[in-house]
Amino acid sequence: MPEAHDRPPEQFKLRLRRYNPESGEAPYWDEHTVELEPHRSVLEGVLQARDRFDGSIGIRCSCRQAICGSCGVRVNGEPALACHTHLDAALSSAPDGVIEIEPMGNMPVIKDLIVDMDAVHWKKIRRVTPWLLAKEPVPEREYLVSKEAMVDVTQSMACIQCGACVSDCLAMEVDPGFIGPAALAKAYRFVGDPRDAEQYERLNDLAQDPQGIFDCTHCFKCVEACPKDVNPMGQIMRLRRIATADQKIVDQNNGERHEAAFTGLIRGNGLLWEAELLPRSYGGNSWFGKFAPAAGKELLSSLPTIVKALLRGKVTPLGALKPHRIPSGDLKSVRAIFDKVESRDERYELNLYIVGEDETGEPVAVAAGEGTTASEPTSGPADAAPSGESIVASSPPPPDPGPPSAVGREGESEQAAPGPEDDSENEAAEGSNQ
Amino acid sequence: MKVAYWPGCVSRGFTPELHGSMAKVAPLLDIELVELDRACCTGAGVIAEHNQELADTLNARTFALAQQVPGAELMMNICSTCQGAQSECQERLDANSAYREHVNSTLSSEGLSYEFDPARPLTNKNFLWLLVEEIGLDALRSRVRRPLTNLKVGPFYGCYIVRPRKRLGIDAEHRRDNYLHDVIDALGGTVIDYAGMRKCCGFPIITMNKEASLKQAGRHLGDAVDAEADCLVTPCPLCHLNLDLQQPLAEKTVGRQLDMPVLHLPQLVGLALGLDPKELGLSRHVVRPTSVIDWSASVVASTAA
Repeated sequence: MPEAHDRPPEQFKLRLRRYNPESGEAPYWDEHTVELEPHRSVLEGVLQARDRFDGSIGIRCSCRQAICGSCGVRVNGEPALACHTHLDAALSSAPDGVIEIEPMGNMPVIKDLIVDMDAVHWKKIRRVTPWLLAKEPVPEREYLVSKEAMVDVTQSMACIQCGACVSDCLAMEVDPGFIGPAALAKAYRFVGDPRDAEQYERLNDLAQDPQGIFDCTHCFKCVEACPKDVNPMGQIMRLRRIATADQKIVDQNNGERHEAAFTGLIRGNGLLWEAELLPRSYGGNSWFGKFAPAAGKELLSSLPTIVKALLRGKVTPLGALKPHRIPSGDLKSVRAIFDKVESRDERYELNLYIVGEDETGEPVAVAAGEGTTASEPTSGPADAAPSGESIVASSPPPPDPGPPSAVGREGESEQAAPGPEDDSENEAAEGSNQ
Repeated sequence: MKVAYWPGCVSRGFTPELHGSMAKVAPLLDIELVELDRACCTGAGVIAEHNQELADTLNARTFALAQQVPGAELMMNICSTCQGAQSECQERLDANSAYREHVNSTLSSEGLSYEFDPARPLTNKNFLWLLVEEIGLDALRSRVRRPLTNLKVGPFYGCYIVRPRKRLGIDAEHRRDNYLHDVIDALGGTVIDYAGMRKCCGFPIITMNKEASLKQAGRHLGDAVDAEADCLVTPCPLCHLNLDLQQPLAEKTVGRQLDMPVLHLPQLVGLALGLDPKELGLSRHVVRPTSVIDWSASVVASTAA
């Protein structure tokens, strides 16, 4: 079988979601058959339908090469860039042989496939103060930062502001005020930047907000949606980690308490003790947590549930009062692991986006985002300090650390060169959205 | 087949009927369960959020213990959240040998080591994956004693077992994100599609944003009611907590009556293999699975007649 780009044009059926709020008519489906080579994009398909059959089809696009982030849509129910989805691939995921194209979710439709990014996405981006709040005094020349620190934020800088993650965020679906994956990934870009002066203020703001970092349900939708491998959920987890572990922020949403209670219970028993987790998440991480007013209130409101669970034999009084535990020898080993890992001067965090995967199975040098290098795994942070390795933040960016696995030929060639000026491309994207 | 079996925490805690029903079903499918009773919690993503290396080390310890089980063909779990948390750690450990060595150096004081052989990496499968890929749908079908005829079952996948696709090995050849459909069908039931079947149950934020959490559970349950499902089935005990244990509160949050029974996967399989609803722990659910019990009673009555 010839390669996709050698194959002659084929017919593809497209089913488009049409809607014009100004018309007063309900949304409807519209089908068109286009003829294109299978390696052409869904965007080209929609544009052909517009040119040949119906000039009123609305879709937003600009660069047509997965860099401007304008043509976010849903293809067969999944968020995607229309220009970055091949027709043959889209056909293979179409249940009834018709490629279904809808506008993105969680944002109001302006017309057909065009959603109102200003009303949701850009508003949320503005919410996180998406610019550098420079440390004083501003140096006469440029800030000197370690290479590791800048490489660490490149993943969040790869965002092209397409809104695919916003479209499918499941927390936002029930809580539209949630700051959301794209904006929180953007927040990490500055929280992780050593030149920024307000790490604590940024994190405290995002942790205390009931719709901030602790409102994420950990559903992986944004991880799957992102065409640039930004891993927004992973960035949210890093925000939580730095907020709780480094900045010691205790938030009003039980985020820090829940994490501390969960981790503490596993250290104490090896297994989860659900009956203690709930009160401790509200009242604080100790056996006395349940007597705190916040825990009392929560227990009271959960009383009908607790009674029902007891009546059904789902939970036994003994089971609720006594934890299940792993054998004592093993518990000792588990606690030793906790002690050893948690006593490190710096956390060791492996990010496969940055280091890539082994190709030969041989050890590779690791530039972990935080902490020590893997070539000397047990060494302290002093060894990891980039002695003489500092790069100038305004100098040309480091080599493209791109995702370890190809995201498609287009994606590779257009991976945004990481650099501190990452917002320039976003302005371009915004400009094209107007 | 012999498997190194990781039951998880909640399946032995607040959803004991899950672990119990798995133990009843395993012999009927010729699965020998060797319980990894020395292993600790996977961290369910929360320990990884706290400290990634800690979660990776604790799970590497579990993998090492699984590799020591003589004659075990693979590792099996019955909790989607465990699957997701373990797959994430395994991805990092398998991808980077220097990191693996580093983690193993922590385990060495206990004489343990997680070994990675690219030709034969550790296989860790949720019971759902094992059913389809190891036992096979035809073999499963042939063991059905009481087909779920006319029982309308809505699959509830949740998140951890369907996303991210690459990490979980989901592709055109391995439609793992469709296996609940395949299993319900093989057991003779009718699959009910509904909007929320691959969405989040809301459990991870129950202590942080209770209203949003219960709204998620209530909405998906309501979608299933509207699609006229008799019951849901899930491979995740945490989803079960929000969908069943919290269902009365979810009803209040979304302002509608739901009464939607939620079964654990081994319970549904057990029913079709001829086990009694009570021995599968169906009486332990908060929402009484009346529709399912009625169905099974009517099947038993018609067989007797």
